[in-house]
Amino acid sequence: MSTPLDELFVRVRSENRAALIGYLPAGFPTQEGCIAALTAMVEGGVDAVEIGYPYSDPVMDGPVIQAAADTSLRNGTGAQEVMATLAAISKVAPSVVMTYWNPIERYGVENFLKDLKANGGSGVITPDLTIEESELWIASSNSHDTNRIYVVAPSTSDDRLRKVTEATSGFVYAASLMGVTGTRTSVSSSAQSLVSKLRTVTNLPIAVGLGVSTPDQAREVAQYADGVIVGSAFIRLLQESSTLAEGVEKVRELAQDLSKGLSRA
Amino acid sequence: MSLAVDSDIIGHFGPYGGRFVPEALIGALDELALAHEVAQKDPSFQAELAELHRTYTGRPSIITEVKRFAEHAGGARVFLKREDLNHTGSHKINNVLGQALLTKRMGKKRIIAETGAGQHGVASATAAALMGLECVVYMGEEDTKRQSLNVARMKLLGAEVIPVTQGSKTLKDAINEAMRDWVTNVETTHYLLGTVAGPHPFPTMVRDFHRIIGIEARAQMLELLGRLPDVILACVGGGSNAIGIFHPFLDDAGVRLIGLEAGGSGVETGLHAATISGGSPGVLHGTRSYVLQDKNGQTIESHSISAGLDYPGVGPEHAYLNDIGRAEYRPVTDAQAMEAFALLCKTEGIIPAIESAHALAGTMQVGKELGPDAILLVNLSGRGDKDVQTAAEYFGIPL
Repeated sequence: MSTPLDELFVRVRSENRAALIGYLPAGFPTQEGCIAALTAMVEGGVDAVEIGYPYSDPVMDGPVIQAAADTSLRNGTGAQEVMATLAAISKVAPSVVMTYWNPIERYGVENFLKDLKANGGSGVITPDLTIEESELWIASSNSHDTNRIYVVAPSTSDDRLRKVTEATSGFVYAASLMGVTGTRTSVSSSAQSLVSKLRTVTNLPIAVGLGVSTPDQAREVAQYADGVIVGSAFIRLLQESSTLAEGVEKVRELAQDLSKGLSRA
Repeated sequence: MSLAVDSDIIGHFGPYGGRFVPEALIGALDELALAHEVAQKDPSFQAELAELHRTYTGRPSIITEVKRFAEHAGGARVFLKREDLNHTGSHKINNVLGQALLTKRMGKKRIIAETGAGQHGVASATAAALMGLECVVYMGEEDTKRQSLNVARMKLLGAEVIPVTQGSKTLKDAINEAMRDWVTNVETTHYLLGTVAGPHPFPTMVRDFHRIIGIEARAQMLELLGRLPDVILACVGGGSNAIGIFHPFLDDAGVRLIGLEAGGSGVETGLHAATISGGSPGVLHGTRSYVLQDKNGQTIESHSISAGLDYPGVGPEHAYLNDIGRAEYRPVTDAQAMEAFALLCKTEGIIPAIESAHALAGTMQVGKELGPDAILLVNLSGRGDKDVQTAAEYFGIPL
């Protein structure tokens, strides 16, 4: 059975363009503010949404997302708030949850997948779950028809790229560089070579994230990848705006600008 | 079957351990696991490390029987394994010298480390100076204020100390920041983790470098008494000194192993760092073990008068030894630890680290439970010079 996310990638492939994927942590800047900003993102042209489940010890994240996660956790964001955000946004765009492993383990793998599905979620991105620790996760997500999205890095060996992509569904999350999330002045050249290596081992769609923030960078990545993931740039707009309404409008404008450059020549 | 089995090939101790890390680190962890495995079997590596321990660390560390202190421990015979007499003042040097040698073998020129109280940071800076490596130490901003003397020590030794301002600004956040540095600079940099936690191979490797404590102590007790002790006691934060002394005794069924956790204001108050006594299984910093966490799986801040035990996780092998019943873990409050601290100072002329004072407090309890026939061996993991200010404040001694 295919998820809304699977269907999205079939559609953008037929349109000869890349999908634009936007990220925000649930509960940031507030529970309602997050839903408003994600909705504006989708209206602006984002094709799919990643909802972050904020975690106290986010070792893959740079200062921008750390600060947003802190805000969200102080707002009292937990599993219920993540699921409520998912329920609201999955009505307008294919949606996945991105989370470190412990919150899922604590919630219970079966319950988490059941509730994810009930709230319209297509899949889960698990940046710190290795395939060696995935036995239960693979079995359970198979039985719930949920996309299992793993993150690979420029340092990942060819042999391991094969193993990880065999366990993946929906899309492969290719980290553009060795480092943590955050905006960068340019997209690392390692992104394109990682995508090329991935093409030799998998037919899955490949989305590039980490350090993609401007329309120029999105246009560049769209030439070789199936998806462009933008997170910190949206968060920064919300952090820098004096009112939520202003932030939401800026998020919509950035989504519009980013979505203009996704077609392949 | 021997209990002293190694973890499986990807670092599991029963359901605990393993690797929960970004894919970017897998290559470096594999490289490290292989380097460690090769070094363990390489006589030239072992000889080089042994020579460093003999001529630099000051090993073997001695055993001291503490008769006056023992009067407050039910009259049992109490022996201290004196890791406090090692160069840099604690057991931490055993691990850093081993990992620094491995760093050179892997051709890396830069080490990063996290530190809470500063003991591991000072030890790492020391090994880096000795071996000509660049050294960066991440330390929670709160801890840099509490332990400014150790910050100065690290700087004198040539290390760069980076105060961590994220999260709770303590040890757990210093580890987060060190892992972020490692993800970014993994090609040139070794993360010299200071305890038996973190992703495989750290829990196994760090334990192997600290096993020398238990290996020496076992031989020393046999030579002294012609028999093994009834009980071995050690403090447990991450658990490196405890696993170091426990591990060579795992197959000695008659020897009880007791880990003393930091009970802070009391486990029932919620203000503690007693991860096994008061936590639950979960994943933190790349490994599955006991964790202090809330209902959503968010890490709860730990509390202890001892910065070195103030950590909301614990090594996965301890979690396993607890579950199979081979080792026991008990909480000791700040007040109990400080009572034992003062007592060792006044009865034996030894100022212990506040971390180690938790083991001494446990010794007083267990000695009273077992009576005068019992033989207790305590790992005195560190000396208390670094804690003089904290202790002076605690006891109201004007500075």
